[in-house]
Amino acid sequence: MEIGLITLAVILATLLGWLLKQSFNTQPWIAEQVSATAHHGPLGGSSNTRLIALMALMAVVTSFFALILSAYALRMELGDWVPMTEPQLLWTNTVMLIFASLALQWTRNGAVKGQASRLKPGLIATGVLTAGFIIGQLIAWQQLQAGGQLITNNPSNAFFYFLTGAHAVHIIGGMYVWARATARVMLGTAEGGTIRRSIELCTIYWHFLLLVWLILFGLLLST
Amino acid sequence: MSYVAIADRDHEQEHHDPQTFLTKYIWSQDHKVIAVQYGITAIFVGLIALGLSAMMRLQLGFPNQFSFINPENYYQFITMHGMIMVIYLLTALFLGGFGNYLIPLQCGSRDMVFPYLNMLSYWVYLLSVIILIISFFVPGGSTGAGWTLYPPQAIMQGTPGTDWGILLMLASLAVFIVAFTMGGLNYVTTVLQARCQGMTLMRMPLSVWGIFIATILGLLAFPALLVSAIMMLFDKTLMTSFFMPAISSMGVDPGYTGGSPILFQHLFWFFGHPEVYIVALPAFGIVSDLLSTHARKNIFGYRMMVWAIVAIGGLSFIVWAHHMYVSGMNPYFGFFFATTTLIIAVPTAIKVYNWVLTLWQGNIHLRVPMLFAIGFIFTFIHGGLTGLFLGNVTIDLPLSDTYFVVAHFHMVMGVSPVLVVFGAIYHWWPKITGKMYNETLGKWHFWMTFLGTYAIYLPMHYLGFAGVPRRYFAMGNTEFLPDSAQDLNAAITISALFVALTQILFFVNMIWSLWKGPKSDPNPWDATTLEWQTPDHPPKHGNWGHELPVVHRWAYDYSVPGYEEDFIPQNVPADKAPAGRDHGEDH
Repeated sequence: MEIGLITLAVILATLLGWLLKQSFNTQPWIAEQVSATAHHGPLGGSSNTRLIALMALMAVVTSFFALILSAYALRMELGDWVPMTEPQLLWTNTVMLIFASLALQWTRNGAVKGQASRLKPGLIATGVLTAGFIIGQLIAWQQLQAGGQLITNNPSNAFFYFLTGAHAVHIIGGMYVWARATARVMLGTAEGGTIRRSIELCTIYWHFLLLVWLILFGLLLST
Repeated sequence: MSYVAIADRDHEQEHHDPQTFLTKYIWSQDHKVIAVQYGITAIFVGLIALGLSAMMRLQLGFPNQFSFINPENYYQFITMHGMIMVIYLLTALFLGGFGNYLIPLQCGSRDMVFPYLNMLSYWVYLLSVIILIISFFVPGGSTGAGWTLYPPQAIMQGTPGTDWGILLMLASLAVFIVAFTMGGLNYVTTVLQARCQGMTLMRMPLSVWGIFIATILGLLAFPALLVSAIMMLFDKTLMTSFFMPAISSMGVDPGYTGGSPILFQHLFWFFGHPEVYIVALPAFGIVSDLLSTHARKNIFGYRMMVWAIVAIGGLSFIVWAHHMYVSGMNPYFGFFFATTTLIIAVPTAIKVYNWVLTLWQGNIHLRVPMLFAIGFIFTFIHGGLTGLFLGNVTIDLPLSDTYFVVAHFHMVMGVSPVLVVFGAIYHWWPKITGKMYNETLGKWHFWMTFLGTYAIYLPMHYLGFAGVPRRYFAMGNTEFLPDSAQDLNAAITISALFVALTQILFFVNMIWSLWKGPKSDPNPWDATTLEWQTPDHPPKHGNWGHELPVVHRWAYDYSVPGYEEDFIPQNVPADKAPAGRDHGEDH
């Protein structure tokens, strides 16, 4: 459970540090005149609301994967573990996901700089590359099945299917948000500020899931 | 236009009041309606679980007198009673119910920051409840694996409900976790982002603090349950061996190899122990507010109370294996987990002292919510102290499989939070409905419930010491037990049925109040927190009319010297009333 614990400790320590900053040395029992126009919100006002929600979601997803990895580490120690040989296709998929992240970053940079011409090609490239990753993962599963590497063969196989599946589900969830943003850009109903924020948040999530994948892939390769 | 949070939006512009019955009460995005929906659904399933416990008690008190209770469905009753009470009632009611109602109102926001997601959260929760209830009616019935669902027995032949019951249970849990995550993201973001002007973190009422930290615990701990549920579903349906060891079932080899049941226990309790505090922290917060309001005194040690909540939340992640002493572990681990368990008693004890010190020299009004809050202090101390015994490996080992444990956790995790639930409902009922209830009936409800639960659980500790095993359908070869143990069991059953029936008083009172109850004052308890200062009573969609409130002080300005009334609401400016304790005579 060490992996889960360490991850949680990092998340909780971040939260604790922030809470300390907010509450240290305050005297809550002293009333103070507050002007109704005063700036409020501990994290720079409410325009960050969706970013905060995304950060909270990423903390949940981090906890989820850290716990699977904890289980992975514990299960690996038992006698019947036989390391699985991962299909070479995973390398191609990884490259696709990296390029998807890069494409989205490029789109985001364009949106921030006000270069609207980047939005359509950038978003479509992101979608194609990400869908390519998902399809690639499915083909990798098929290759494994064809090669007799079934989920029941060994716990390492079971974890492989579980981890890749869980990761793909999270990407598909992100694709839903991507699809909404892209549809608005295509239909021309997008409003500059809103679409920029959507793309910014998508970019963070894509980078996050890329990082998760790199950790998972590294672990799968090394064990 | 950049993104503007709900809380900051202009009322007319964004808050079209829902017009039709459907959008107002069914597909509502109003946090208050969603709170009530959560509350009613949770209490409904809670009543089912109460009925199940009555059936168990009938068998235990009067063995084999009732033909409709056999060993199989006894185990199903145990399992479903535990699971429903812990997750579908208490978690849903405290966070989905009170969290939804109190966070926006006490923080001074118009609604949750993502109202649509909030609505979705309720409907997905309802779906999880429906899946759960369906499991009672499938072939083989609901699962009888015990609420901890330990493999291998949870999915092996011989345990009730291994065909469909366990599948539906795991599916229902997964759906519940999705619902909770949607709600939880909303609660956390709303507390962080949608507080009104002047509502700094350290001015938030402790109810919000409790719910806030409990939500964070839930968001980080529920994934452990999700992971274990998915992996067990794989073991059951795809024949993987995450948890299932090589095993022979009735002479047949089902094909599992070398999995680890202990791995499941780790994952389950990594969720399971924080879950105790997911239920307890909101209760702590709410009780603090009830005590302060009805004792007309500021909460003792507000900052310490906040930090105790945070500390308990953090510590709750490193005590999980104290549920697994009997599974066997390295003695050093046992030592570690016993130590952390005892350490968690420190912030908890601080909270108890502070509650008692809040009452000291207070102007105590023994109204119904206050009775329940004080009752909670009693039951929580009793349940908490036995927890210190059980946290030690050497004491836990002989007691773990006895009724001592049943008594302990029902005191600390059953009776205590439920008393807070009742106290909170009686406290906020006037705000939610605009009606008052019958005070006398409420007091009867309290005393009968409070004394009745003591009559149930106090004797159970003795049964545990005497060695009466828990989980048993019938005593079997237990000659070492005196005959009086059975008499005590019968007495406990009678008390349990009495307490269960007593709850009718509550429902009668509430239905009467809705139907014929007198209109309540907008602030019947003279409370300081924002929800009692709304322009409309009960608050309407959008909560605050045209202008959001502005907060100038903390939530505990009761009996401030030099002010004519004994409370100063949070939105009273500092120049209109004393600016705090330090400016009064206490200085």
